[in-house]
Amino acid sequence: MSIPLDYEMLRVLWWALLGILLIGFAVFDGFDLGTAILLPFIGRTNLERRLMINSIGPVWEGNQVWFILGGGAAFAAWPPLYAASFSGFYIAMFLVLLALILRPVAFKFRGKVDNDTWRACWDVALFVGGFVPSLVFGVAFGNLLQGVPFHFDEDLRAIYTGGFFGLLNPFAILCGLVSVAMLAAHGATYICMKTEGALAARAKTAGIVLNLATIVLFVAAGLWVYASIKGYAVVGTVDHAGPSNPVRKTVEVVAGAWFANYRLLPWTLLAPVLGVLGALLAIVTLIRRMSIRAFWASALSIAGIIATPGLAMFPFILPSSTDPRSSLIVWDSSSSHMTLFIMLVATVIFLPIVLAYTAWVYRVLRGKVTAQTIGRNHQAY
Amino acid sequence: MPDIDVVTLSRLQFALTALYHFLFVPLTLGLSLLLAIMESVYVMTGRRIWRDMTMFWGILFGINFAMGVATGITMEFQFGTNWSYYSHYVGDVFGAPLAIEGLMAFFLEATFIGLFFFGWDRLSKPGHLAVTWCVALGSNLSALWILIANAWMQHPVGSRFNPDTMRMEVTDFFEVLFNPVAQSKFVHTVSAGYVTGSIFVLAISAFYLLNGRHREIAKRSMTVAASFGLASALSVVVLGDESGYTATQNQKTKIAAMEAMWHTEPAPASFTLFGIPSLEERKTYFAIHIPYALGLLATRSIDTVIPGLFQLVDEAKAKIRTGLEGYTAVQTLRANPKDEAARKIIAERQDDLGYAMLLKRYVADPAKATDADIERAAWDTVPNVPVLFWSFRVMVGLGFFFIALFAVTFYVSAKRQLDQRRWLLYVALLSLPLPWIAAEVGWIVAEYGRQPWIIEGVLPTFLATSPIAAHDVWLSLSGFVVFYTSLLVVELYLMLKYIRLGPSESWEIPDVATRFAPPGGAAVDPSTLHADLPRE
Repeated sequence: MSIPLDYEMLRVLWWALLGILLIGFAVFDGFDLGTAILLPFIGRTNLERRLMINSIGPVWEGNQVWFILGGGAAFAAWPPLYAASFSGFYIAMFLVLLALILRPVAFKFRGKVDNDTWRACWDVALFVGGFVPSLVFGVAFGNLLQGVPFHFDEDLRAIYTGGFFGLLNPFAILCGLVSVAMLAAHGATYICMKTEGALAARAKTAGIVLNLATIVLFVAAGLWVYASIKGYAVVGTVDHAGPSNPVRKTVEVVAGAWFANYRLLPWTLLAPVLGVLGALLAIVTLIRRMSIRAFWASALSIAGIIATPGLAMFPFILPSSTDPRSSLIVWDSSSSHMTLFIMLVATVIFLPIVLAYTAWVYRVLRGKVTAQTIGRNHQAY
Repeated sequence: MPDIDVVTLSRLQFALTALYHFLFVPLTLGLSLLLAIMESVYVMTGRRIWRDMTMFWGILFGINFAMGVATGITMEFQFGTNWSYYSHYVGDVFGAPLAIEGLMAFFLEATFIGLFFFGWDRLSKPGHLAVTWCVALGSNLSALWILIANAWMQHPVGSRFNPDTMRMEVTDFFEVLFNPVAQSKFVHTVSAGYVTGSIFVLAISAFYLLNGRHREIAKRSMTVAASFGLASALSVVVLGDESGYTATQNQKTKIAAMEAMWHTEPAPASFTLFGIPSLEERKTYFAIHIPYALGLLATRSIDTVIPGLFQLVDEAKAKIRTGLEGYTAVQTLRANPKDEAARKIIAERQDDLGYAMLLKRYVADPAKATDADIERAAWDTVPNVPVLFWSFRVMVGLGFFFIALFAVTFYVSAKRQLDQRRWLLYVALLSLPLPWIAAEVGWIVAEYGRQPWIIEGVLPTFLATSPIAAHDVWLSLSGFVVFYTSLLVVELYLMLKYIRLGPSESWEIPDVATRFAPPGGAAVDPSTLHADLPRE
């Protein structure tokens, strides 16, 4: 079978698609995570908490698939990335898993027994289910930017040599906080859009504060990288259509390398600018009570913030701090030419279909969630 | 070679989490379709009782679904966390069906499940029915892609070893897609799910009839479950036979182990109805044979010989030796990527490469293996005979029991005597755990029977783990045990609570005209109908 797109092009497309899936996850499931984080803070009464839970109740299950799809796409399109990162971040991944398992269970089970202590326990579970994944995702990005201690042995077995607590270094925690603030802000705009009265007002305040926090933390992380985080650069040239063998190149650690792409292609600066402007726009629209626009503004901000490290690191996907030549880059850690093409065909066919029926579902569910709407449905959470 | 503790613990963790996940999956598969059938009857006849049935079984479906989704995430993650060398080695082939599953199937079921619960008052009758069918379709498509991936582990077609990337890569995706093992496995597995859903509905309805509660809903549910279940149970057995037939061609060692067939018999081979196989002595005690039965069933001919384990081990020894030539060539090529002679040897010997890797269990460098090492490695290709022998018999026995149970229930229900046959209701109620037992032992036959391979003939399981510390796996394994056990307790508690509550008369769905009526029920001015929509 001849493949109509060349290998280099497919690799770039799949690099972009991985980013798009991550952004899709952060935009769609992000507001579920954010709402769960905000639950104990802006939901004061049981009714308010139920309103918050029911506003994400019908959609979180579908949203979560963005994450599962992100994992599946990494497995299929970037197997070395999937293998090295998931096994390297073993304990962190395990924590994310527990949190993600806790979440659906908490949704389903919280309302099924009429008892305050029971509900309080599941509220904590929901908070954990929102906070832990949000933090870990940011921490993961923080570690990507610094490089991760791993190397390949002669059989191309990825061996991680760091520990769990090494992941929790100050810069990574700062990135974790960016992620928590960003997703909580996104959740606040969603709650503001879906509810009314005192709850919506509190969500609005939370949204303004959290968007501000996102801007401050994001800019701080950027300055930190600029001041003291060394980047990675490939020495010489790499065949962009060569076999995916990540130990056949030379890589050096260079100060300022993470800003090379921004210097080379100034249009890429759009990403960090969007990250900041989107959050500012969200604040302005929240103040003017335009909650739907605020939601989309915060979605733009998320897209910008996630794209920022992605573009900065290109072509690096997972740099190795202990053995830089083992770093995974776009040109040497993908699936085969054929697999990338088949996956692209599947994505081009199904992703638009997914987006279409997701849009339809949101349309059917449009409108505010109120005491009446949840009182009417005996299956509400 | 990876730490053997990590291998054992990772295998244990995978088996536990997979078996646990598989408590929920078959019920999701079966109930989703039963819900769609019940709601179709509602939409076609307009009779409310069918809607109440859909809603009631829907509640139980929802509790189960949440657990299925949550525990499924663990499965996808584990390939990366605990089986990273596997992920590297076969991600190019195995990852694609998993990712397509997410895109094509999981999104579908997960997106529409919310509307199934929250859409009753927001959708027209056919609209809601379409949603329910989408959930059922999504669940079933999901099983299809997962089993395409799994079938490739059993019968790795459409791929080759690439020495430049040190991994398996796709050569023909359509071969992977239309793997004959995938087709029989898919229908066998989803039918087993339908049987599980049907027994679930049957048993709980029998419970209501025994207590004289919810008689109308219970009787109708039993009729639906019995007819759907009968068709499914027949399909499980027929397609199980098809699975066995394809395995006879691809996984001869698995079949021989399932049948505890140590020595090749003249065709057609006899079927061992009962026996006590001994792994140490490599023979079966107290065997009761049915002449010719196995040969006829497994090969569908009277003259095809089914090889016994001793013969298969001899064949494995030969493969280890040819595989070693390929393995040595891989090392040569690694030192000099331009060595075309080595490339040629690898291409010729790649089918047996995995066999050479079996030696890594005994020697660091397989090229230095002794004849004794080769003998041991060849015997490693034989899975655990007694476990397979008995798991298989339990599964098949249950399969035939289900056919009988559904057939009798169907007959009694057609004669409208469900109320009078209390013994049948008791049997139905007591059968509740059986489909789960059948499904779990079925998983054991399929996956434990694949050992020592993680990919049949390509990659041994003990080489496929992540280079992680044993204590980390201890931590996650004990975490899963504690966490999953408590979730199971909560889940069972809720299931029982809602089963005891039963369907309620108070499930009113306001129609569109009263949708936005205030709680007092005052008439609504239609112009204010959309007053609570978002302002912008």
